[in-house]
Amino acid sequence: MMNREPKQYSSGEVLAPPTERYTILGWLHKNLFSTWYYTLLTLVTLYILYAILKPSLIWIFTQAQWEVVVANLRLFMVGQYPKDQIFRIWLALDLLAFTVGLAWALFLPKERRVGAVLVIIPLLLASLPFISSYSRINWILFAAIGVAGWALGRWQPKKMRRPLIVLMLGYFPILILLISGFEPILKLVKTNYWGGLLLTMLLAVVGITLSFPLGILLALGRQSELPIVKTFSILYIEMVRGVPLVTILFMAQLMLPLFLPPGMKIDNVLRAMAGMVLFAAAYMAENVRGGLQAIPKGQHEAAWALGLNGFQTMFYIILPQALRNVIPVIVGQFIALFKDTSLVAIVGLLDLLGIASTVLAQPEFIGRQREVYLFIALIYWVFSYAMSYASRRLEVALGVGER
Amino acid sequence: MSKRVFYFLGVLLALGVLLAACSGSAQTSSNPQAVQTVVVTVESNASSGYGTTLKAVKERGYLICGVNAQLPGFGYVDKEGNYKGFDVDYCHAVAAAIFGDPSKVEFRPLTAKERFTALQTGEIDVLIRNTTWTLTRDTELGTNFAPTTFYDGQGIMVRKDSGIKSLEDLEGAKICVATGTTTELNLADQMAARGIDYTPVVFETADQVFGAYEEGRCDAVTTDKSALVSRRSTLKNPADHVILDVTLSKEPLGPVVRQGDDQWFDIIKWVVFATFTGEEMGITSQNVDEIKASTDDPNVKKFLGLEGEMGQKLGLSDDWAYNIIKYVGNYAEIYNRNLGPDTPFDLPRGLNSCWTDGGLLYAPPIR
Repeated sequence: MMNREPKQYSSGEVLAPPTERYTILGWLHKNLFSTWYYTLLTLVTLYILYAILKPSLIWIFTQAQWEVVVANLRLFMVGQYPKDQIFRIWLALDLLAFTVGLAWALFLPKERRVGAVLVIIPLLLASLPFISSYSRINWILFAAIGVAGWALGRWQPKKMRRPLIVLMLGYFPILILLISGFEPILKLVKTNYWGGLLLTMLLAVVGITLSFPLGILLALGRQSELPIVKTFSILYIEMVRGVPLVTILFMAQLMLPLFLPPGMKIDNVLRAMAGMVLFAAAYMAENVRGGLQAIPKGQHEAAWALGLNGFQTMFYIILPQALRNVIPVIVGQFIALFKDTSLVAIVGLLDLLGIASTVLAQPEFIGRQREVYLFIALIYWVFSYAMSYASRRLEVALGVGER
Repeated sequence: MSKRVFYFLGVLLALGVLLAACSGSAQTSSNPQAVQTVVVTVESNASSGYGTTLKAVKERGYLICGVNAQLPGFGYVDKEGNYKGFDVDYCHAVAAAIFGDPSKVEFRPLTAKERFTALQTGEIDVLIRNTTWTLTRDTELGTNFAPTTFYDGQGIMVRKDSGIKSLEDLEGAKICVATGTTTELNLADQMAARGIDYTPVVFETADQVFGAYEEGRCDAVTTDKSALVSRRSTLKNPADHVILDVTLSKEPLGPVVRQGDDQWFDIIKWVVFATFTGEEMGITSQNVDEIKASTDDPNVKKFLGLEGEMGQKLGLSDDWAYNIIKYVGNYAEIYNRNLGPDTPFDLPRGLNSCWTDGGLLYAPPIR
């Protein structure tokens, strides 16, 4: 187990089919101008693209007034998180870089793209002209720590395996501790100071991390033969899936405080987080159930024949295959959840979208809607695309769909 | 494949198992806070009685103020991450009166829907969020309205070259309005009362309403006057547009407190009156120290806490009004800082003038 080398299964035995090769002109002819109607379609599409892109690009580069984004960059990123405590967010990011660097060296040594993400993107961000020198230094540090983690993993691959797993499992609680603080070492930062992209990310990360196991439990519960567990799971899943997320958030923000016994109060960010987790868990359960039902009965029977008990069958045989099959669906749901966090803006939280509307109320920037919304749309897109890309790589690495 | 998947699964499994631990530690991390909040709310929820709110606020060490975070001029977060605005300044004034320190206030951004719930459940001590004072809200919601700090009203903006001077000139005109608001209903009521025919062009949001107006899809646009003024400043040529001198509805905006704690209600009322009185007496944050040192006027002396022990009657220190004026300013200063000529809004004072200047701001005597 310890001296296992990553094995390539697809190379060697099976040769890939030969690729077709064309000159540029040949490619153009085949793909764009092969018949008269393709030619027509190509031209029409090109014209539409031109008609849309030209004014957009002219506006973006000549007419848009981007000072609103530059001046409020910190607000967009971390909201009102105290200025003198921002180092804690960097610390959390650095730890992430280290973990990813280590994981890159140990688990995905052939994946050059991870390195690109870990080094090139922070350096690109560091070279942006309008960010503060503090952020610049921190982005460079981020890249350096990522590379250091990778080097450490390459140098001591065996010894670092255990610390890495500890890091991966402990990252989430460490992150929450770092951001919220713990007296007396780190000053407490109340949730009403969490804002902007930081709040959006935290809502998404908490939602994803907690809804995933909860969803698996609910899916198993729905398949269970114990009537109470089964009924509860079905009731829960169907009830939650029957209401829109925004209703749940409104319930959490408006109704829940009225029902709580006097003297008891739950922080409104926690209420929103709980709402998101409970909502996402119901959908996750149905996704996982889809995976579970795709596993042929023979797998159960084979596991039993080998003498595995119910728990072992489920966790060693069934779930791994079931989850692997539904990776695309699960990631799709994570992306949806990430974007759904913007709904908390309508219950008064200052997440990325909420902070955008408050920035738009600054007297010097009234009427800058287009710039601000375009900017946050870009942020949402970057993160959603990154997640979708990572899931595709994960599918390739796990060989989903190859058998 | 099996080993790799096994690893992947191992991580997942451990994640699931450790979940309880994770969420446990997440809770501990926010626990000090939770404990703090619970302690606070025990008091503020018991605050249906006289004097309990002030006691809870003092023990907590800061005021919790419900505000609007997205209204130009009234409440927003500036580049540095600090709350600014007309309503926000009144939160600072309450904190200055209680603690002698305007910074001892925590803001809670609220939407229009959740504002009253937050007040009723004791999540906030006072609601200062451009809230219109109406009979229903004053009675059924279990709230009390402190004196109006800003007299708003629904107005109509038209293009200058259209020659429209009054509502009657709008016969047959197209008017842009946000749907589902009291604005739309007020417009219909007023026009029906005068027998004027018009075509409402309705949109979902204020941005769409003003976008349509700017594109010339309607002859006039209507919403609250303060919003009309701030929106006019964002149009291409603000000078080409004029706000008619008519008011379609009354929108008195002011602080709101829970019913049941009359001392707290008194404090909020007199904080508002203190800002009026400061302007009436000509006392500003600039000259307040000078006046305090040199004045012989008994009214000014009572106001600034040199005699009469006025503050103690409210449960505050005697220099409560001095602190308000010193750290936040009188009404004119608050108004000019957020809505006045030096801001993009340049909103005329109008009804929001001191009664000595023909406005509606009139404070009972402090004696």
